[in-house]
Order: sequence, then C-alpha cells, then structure tokens
Amino acid sequence: MNPFSLHERSLNPAALLEGLRHPACGGYVTFEGAVRDHNAGRSVRRLEYEAFAPLALREGERILTEACVRFGIERACCAHRIGALQVGELAVWVGVAAAHRGEAFDACRYIIDHIKHRVPIWKKEYYDDGDSGWVNCEACAAAPPTAADSQRALSAHRHD
Amino acid sequence: MSAAQLYGLVLAGGHSKRMQRDKAALEYAGKPQLVRAMELIAPLVERAFVSVRPDQQQDAQRAVYDTVVDLTPDLGPLAGIQAALRAQPARAWLVLACDLPFLSAPTLRHLLAHRAAARQATAYRSRFDGLPEPLCAIYEPSARDALEHWIEQGNRCPRVWLSSADVELLELPEPRALDNINTAQEYAAAIAALGAPGAADAVIDRPRRLKVRYFALLREQAGRGSEAVQTCARTPQELYEQLQRERGLTLAPQFLRVAVNDEFGDWQQALADGDTVAFLPPVAGG
Repeated sequence: MNPFSLHERSLNPAALLEGLRHPACGGYVTFEGAVRDHNAGRSVRRLEYEAFAPLALREGERILTEACVRFGIERACCAHRIGALQVGELAVWVGVAAAHRGEAFDACRYIIDHIKHRVPIWKKEYYDDGDSGWVNCEACAAAPPTAADSQRALSAHRHD
Repeated sequence: MSAAQLYGLVLAGGHSKRMQRDKAALEYAGKPQLVRAMELIAPLVERAFVSVRPDQQQDAQRAVYDTVVDLTPDLGPLAGIQAALRAQPARAWLVLACDLPFLSAPTLRHLLAHRAAARQATAYRSRFDGLPEPLCAIYEPSARDALEHWIEQGNRCPRVWLSSADVELLELPEPRALDNINTAQEYAAAIAALGAPGAADAVIDRPRRLKVRYFALLREQAGRGSEAVQTCARTPQELYEQLQRERGLTLAPQFLRVAVNDEFGDWQQALADGDTVAFLPPVAGG
C-alpha cells in the first residue's frame, strides 16, 4: 500500500489501521476528517474534492517522509477522498505508528496540517441555499490595474 | 472627420550606450533589426521613414531608407517623434523602436485595427507597469501641439507625456511583444529565445506548443480541464497573463502556484516546447 493515496470510494479506517501495525510500535494515533454540515456560517449540503493526482501523490508522500524523519516515528499513512461526498462521510484519514505516544501525536498533527496547506487538492462546497463555492479561492480574484496603480508606476518611472 | 493618413517611423537614432554597439545592426534570424522593423512597418503605412540623428545621415545602413532627421539634440526618442510630426503635420505616425525583436505583424495590425484617430494617440499598456508604451504607438496630428508644449517645459519622456495625454490604451495580444533589448545579456537571451541565428524568419513568430491544465475554480472559468496552446509566452508568468485575458481567469497570480511537468515549478522558469503547465489555485484538502 502506498503511504499516501487518493480514493474515489469510501475509506475503510479499520483496514488502513491494520496496514500500519508494527511490532516495534506502542503508540498509534489516527486522525479522521469528516464532512461538516456547516462552514464559515453557511449550511453545507455536500462537497466535491478535486486533485491534481500525480503531484498530490508526490507531495503527500514528501510530507509523510518529512514526518517520519522529523519525529522519528516508525510509519505514517494518509488516505484522501476525491469526488462527491455527503455530510458525515470520511474525507481524510491519517495514521501514525511510533514507539511512544508523544511523537505519534506530534507527527499526526504535522501531517494533517501540511496536507491541508500543500497538497494540490481542492474542495467545492454546495450550500443549502443552492449556492456553491471553492474553498480558499473565491476571495482571490484579480483586480485590474487601478488609476492609483498607474500613478504609482508613473512616479516610480525613471530614466538612466 | 476622417482619419489622417498614416506614415511610419522606425526609431534608430539612439546611442546604444548600454549595448556598446549599434542596436540597429543587431541581427535576429540573420537580419539586422532595423531591416526587420522596416519590413514590419512598411506594408502597414503609406510611407516608412527611419529616424536618425544629424550625424547618422550618412550611415550606410540607414541611408538606404527615407529618413527624418532629429531637430532637437539630447531629446532621446522624443526627438524623432517631434521631427516627424513637424515634417508632416497632417499625417499620423506609427512610431516603432527598432529594438523589439519579439514584435510581430499581428501585434502591429492589432494596434492599427484599434486605432482611435479622434484621440491624440493609440498605444499598448506595458505588461510591466501598466503605463503606455510610447515606442510602438500611433501619434495623431492632434498630438503635435501638446507634445511641443511638453518639450518646451523641459520634459523628454514620451511615456510620461502619453500617461497624461488623451490616449487609446490597448492590451497587448502577445504579452512579450514589446520586450526590448538594451544590453548584451538581453540580446543573448533573445537570441536563445528566438532560436539559432540563420533559422527561418518565421522563428520570430514560432510559438511553443504547451499543454495547460486547469483545476477547481480555474477549470470552471476556463471551461475545460486542459488544452493545447501555441504561445509565444516564455515563462509560466507570461503564459498565465495571456490565459487570464483569453480565458477570463479571475484569480490573481500571487495566490496561485505553478507546476511544470507534474512538479512544482517557478513562475520565471523557461518553458520548453512540449511542457505541461498547471496553474494551481489555493488548495483546500483535509
């Protein structure tokens, strides 16, 4: 099993945890991220995840390797859903196996935090009111250059 | 009022101080850029002229063309524009710097097609700072008095004049078309970007074939998950600027990451024929 994987169908946490077992490990920490029925004050009906698969797999495995090196854990694994998900469904599963609980907790937290910020996976929320939106994208619209921008460029314009 | 007849002026009167050799004679695809510029402009105008300083009138490369001689020393490119507008006050002038190796006929035709003859000038907006580009622009007869007045006040920068003038400002159809060449390093880079010297003239316009991938909001805005494009864009940044216009993409590049051939890349890296470029909106996994 690849340590980082993308899945179009439901995740199976029990099977994922079994794949993590190791005789040298006394501490197992898992994180389960599920689809919430609300976000930023809006009622969410369902989600869609989209991934840039080749790069998502590479970046996901890089994060897991980093966690192993950084925290000295034995094994790490992450499974992420793509496609359409309903409220309550499992979207992401992270599991860490280590000799002791301390580094297992820390590594698990590190992995899920970095997965959220680095792996090219996108989430579209469909709201109860019929609206929808891509999380973290909608506020990033480009503004055309304003008159003030051009004025600044003009004052900065110099000759040699 | 009908539009004034259009004459063409190629500016080749500079001192080429930073290049330390005559820029007009620099060759791309085996052709001096003065020749290339004259060939580009001639089919589009009634008559084409080369702008020269008084001491360049006997220069062999320039003397084969009709010339307009600068009247005011130390005025830079503005001297050429001033001399042309004085010499033919009833004509509009398409003014072109000779050191624009990436400029192609389509970009010039686009400028002519969108000429606003009732205004003082028609120019492209710089992709670097949003200001008008004065050295690939049309100056109407109505610009003459305002420009003379501006020069009398001790000014010499045509960009600054255009910024305050009544200008029709156009977006560049090819983002890098007006990138110019001032140093030996830039010349070397342009030669590399345009292919080996001696290649067919078409190399100037030959685009790269790239595959572009879109995700999430960008995919929806582009109306497709991927496409093959032929482009003159040299870097992911130039490619995104072009696609933003063509596909109506609203995400500002500072919020995006770029991937080239399935690995994170750099906005400024050189793109090669056959590359796959992906633009990655802000992610939201987990």
